[in-house]
Amino acid sequence: MISGRLWALVILASAFFVPAAGSRYYTFLANDVVIWALFATSLNLLVGFTGLVSFGHAAYFGIGAYTTGILMKTAGVPFLLAFPAAGLVAGLFALVFGFFCVRLTRIYFAMLTLAFAQIVWAICFKWNEVTGGEQGMPEIPYPSFDGVERMAAWLPFLGGYKTSEYFYFLTLVLVAACLWLLSRIVGSPFGRMLTTIRENPERAEFIGVNVRRYELAAFVVAGAFAGLAGGLFGIFNRGVFPDFAYWTKSSEVLIMTLLGGMGTFIGPSLGALVLIWLNQQIVSYTQYWPLVLGLILIVLLFVFPGGIAGAVESAARRLRRSNQVA
Amino acid sequence: MPLSALLLVPDLSFVFAQSVSGLTAAMFLFLIASGLSLIFGVLRVLNFAHGTFYMLGAYGAYQFVQWTGAGGGRFWLAALAAALGVAVLGGIVERFLFQRLYGKEELYQLLFTYALVLVLGDAAKIIWGTQQKSLSRPPGLTGALSLFGATIPYYNLFVILLGPAIALGFWLALQRTRAGRFIRAAALDRETLGALGVNVRALYTGVFVLASFLGGLGGALITPMRAIVPGMDTEVIVEAFVVVVIGGLGSFWGTFLGALIYGQVLSFGILFFPRFSIFSIFALMAAVLIIRPWGLLGRPLK
Repeated sequence: MISGRLWALVILASAFFVPAAGSRYYTFLANDVVIWALFATSLNLLVGFTGLVSFGHAAYFGIGAYTTGILMKTAGVPFLLAFPAAGLVAGLFALVFGFFCVRLTRIYFAMLTLAFAQIVWAICFKWNEVTGGEQGMPEIPYPSFDGVERMAAWLPFLGGYKTSEYFYFLTLVLVAACLWLLSRIVGSPFGRMLTTIRENPERAEFIGVNVRRYELAAFVVAGAFAGLAGGLFGIFNRGVFPDFAYWTKSSEVLIMTLLGGMGTFIGPSLGALVLIWLNQQIVSYTQYWPLVLGLILIVLLFVFPGGIAGAVESAARRLRRSNQVA
Repeated sequence: MPLSALLLVPDLSFVFAQSVSGLTAAMFLFLIASGLSLIFGVLRVLNFAHGTFYMLGAYGAYQFVQWTGAGGGRFWLAALAAALGVAVLGGIVERFLFQRLYGKEELYQLLFTYALVLVLGDAAKIIWGTQQKSLSRPPGLTGALSLFGATIPYYNLFVILLGPAIALGFWLALQRTRAGRFIRAAALDRETLGALGVNVRALYTGVFVLASFLGGLGGALITPMRAIVPGMDTEVIVEAFVVVVIGGLGSFWGTFLGALIYGQVLSFGILFFPRFSIFSIFALMAAVLIIRPWGLLGRPLK
């Protein structure tokens, strides 16, 4: 049995070979997958591990994207500062919004997260001077890779890549670090307590846990990581637009999380991979991707409510049991 | 009016026209949001697909008018036929799909309704294309009335009168009829109602059909005033969410009040802070949720 950590390293290492082995197009796809994997995993911390269904997670993705975009394009701040700023600003907004949201339960919680996300969207949509309004902010610059290219003189395997490919490597490293951090958070006593709250908030309250404070902490962490994903996505997408924060984006990432499997750590990343790959396959045949996505979602809800990770797990369990019998 | 003097509004007739246009928008929102609120009140589900039913009502009315023409009262028949068609569709969806998700996690129910948004929205694109469609006002209501220096189309007046009429009729039906009593009882306690021998499943289907009818009717009747375009579904559903949240999820008169408030805030917001009118709507929604999560006229959920 190979441990999860080894698997993660194998996946990470093979992801580094995508630009060399595949075409430019595959690098583009892989980059997309990696960023969405972080976005979906951050949502899963709330929905899967804490049991808080947010319908406005795109708000923090959008805030992160605008933060990095504005800092790099308008203010000329280097990526090294603009990237963490995305997480910081998104986390701060999550703190303020979350403070009110965690006071509500279930449907009201979902509605308030939606309301805050729509507020963010409305501001991005109309505040022309800062956000570019409806037109968004095109042409966010890539980070400078001069240093890497200079190093390439010493380390031959670093040379000869395009800027977009360097950015892919950078994304890979940063997202891997973020996912590692998130997995540590989920596995920590804090993460265990979140799962306790998901399973039985009353009992958690009973044994003296400040449920709201834990939920707020989860909300802020999830928001900050969504912000980091947004910061990367704005650069990758070569522009930041108000629909990053629109409510349909929030449901897209929710579907991704569900498709991969909520409550498992790897699930949302799997969901990102499968959904983006499927999207690319299907748009070459038909423009009606939403129709296909909707049908997939219906099948998923009725047949595989545990998502891909859930289906694989239960299949593995069945296999193991039949082995034991034999 | 000291307030208008304070805000330096030059023209009272303009204010009047603005409030009438807000009132018209409110009546449409009431039609749509009342169905949403009804489903939430009884089934405890937020139906994202409700906006799609509204859009299908609009396309349906357009299609019937294309076939039959709008003259001689045929616009009204087309609107009614479209709403009935949407009602049937709502019933089918509830009976064959949605019913299987009762008792499962709330998130699954929400996502199912969102899947409907995706599927039906694209189906509408396949059938009617992405070009925007429009209908002209029905014969007999093409003129306009001059009132306090403002010009109000007859059709808007009709809508303003129709809204309260439907609200009143709906409310009376809920209060006085047997089905209405069952619906109110189901909103309070479904298990007990089922234990008393009421066919709760059939009641749910009925509620879904009625709600879809209201959504479809709203869409059909808005066609002379707004363009029919893909995307009108996701836009209106968020507006309807705001209305039911402000008024109180599941509260009948709350929905009416929420629609009135929404209409006025939007039309005066556009007047005074044109850039932040959408913002103010969602800020209002957030404020209500923070201060009184169950809405202005709603009751706290157990």
